[in-house]
Amino acid sequence: METLERIVADHPFFQGLDHDFTELVVGCASNVRFKAGEYIFKEGDPADTFYLIREGKVALEIFAPQHKPIIVSTLGVGDILGWSWLVPPYVWKFHAHGISDTRAIALDGKCLRNKCESNHDLGYELFKRFAHIMEQRLESTRFQLLDVYATRR
Amino acid sequence: MVAMPAVDPLLPTPYIVREITKETPDTFTLMLRPENGDSSSPFLPGQFSMLWVFGVGELPISISGEPSRHDRLTYTVRSVGQATHAFISQQRGDAVGVRGPFGVGWPVAEARGRDVIIVAGGIGLAPLRPVIYDVLANRKDYGRLVILYGVRSPRDLLYRKELAAWARQRDTQVLTTVDYGGISWRGHVGVVTTLFKYARFRQAQAVAMICGPEIMMRFVARDLELQGLARENIYVSMERNMKCGVGFCGHCQYGPHFICKDGPVFGFDRIRPLLDKYEL
Repeated sequence: METLERIVADHPFFQGLDHDFTELVVGCASNVRFKAGEYIFKEGDPADTFYLIREGKVALEIFAPQHKPIIVSTLGVGDILGWSWLVPPYVWKFHAHGISDTRAIALDGKCLRNKCESNHDLGYELFKRFAHIMEQRLESTRFQLLDVYATRR
Repeated sequence: MVAMPAVDPLLPTPYIVREITKETPDTFTLMLRPENGDSSSPFLPGQFSMLWVFGVGELPISISGEPSRHDRLTYTVRSVGQATHAFISQQRGDAVGVRGPFGVGWPVAEARGRDVIIVAGGIGLAPLRPVIYDVLANRKDYGRLVILYGVRSPRDLLYRKELAAWARQRDTQVLTTVDYGGISWRGHVGVVTTLFKYARFRQAQAVAMICGPEIMMRFVARDLELQGLARENIYVSMERNMKCGVGFCGHCQYGPHFICKDGPVFGFDRIRPLLDKYEL
């Protein structure tokens, strides 16, 4: 049987993380499952968790009044869901729902924030990894904004 | 690879529109057959024709059909202006003039024995479809076939049934993504480069062929290099205002190249320096 420590250590986001740090992270981790269509979080909810997706697919959705929901990104196996737990006011900015049945590791954001405050080496290591994800997603968003497939008359 | 037409390259041959298929709200596929019943001009995947819409004008269009079908030429065209709109408005039985095929095609011979990565954006899947046909028709000659396809929204996906059929083929992976998805879309949402993490291929033995908007091709090629592909194994298809099709008129000059004659397919190592320039 796979231990939580093994699963966390093998997830692409935490690969290569120092063993002591992995132990600290695992102390804040738990297994979770979501059914297809189930909302994992909604805009405005407190952001106290983030997720390592192990199986399935999740949609990030923007709520727009008088408009059908707009899915701006999907995340799958090996991806990270959520970074609002890192940044005050710790509130989700989007909705997220499972497109298919989804298995993930939930990491308690409050627990991790406290550990990062008391262990800045862990905090720096986590921020470096999140900064990389943020940079990739910012670039993807800019690329989406270019709307490169639009008709130019 | 270059296959030049045997006849005068500036003289159009009459073809008749035999089938019209609506792919998306603004994109249609037209199948043409020679008016005189002869075989159609043989072509290599990635080559293009100059199509005369009589009374309107001529436009360069990549061939999107099966290279092994010698009785027809097939083109997928998006309506973006007067000439393309006139072309897709043709009816069954209408006559169209065809010159070509012209240009350098995709490196299908060089890709034999290797994994083939197809990365297409929007209408860019059309010039790559003949490569997919060729790989699937000669399956043992190639390694894995990976098709990564990005479009603006689900309704802009070309060849939906074929995409599903290709995904069922052995050693073939088809991943599609849209920039914006509705709630009923169950596929990927995000730019085409976000699909790379799901693609399975052997970096050291892969050839990538990319077609789409130039900015998309730049990002894709950059990320493929980051994935470990050598620049000389990455190919892109360029688009310019082709007129004569044989390098006489210079309309499609791009730096030192004539896109119609030296391209439209180029090794990325040759074209990369030009893609860094704002304007040419």
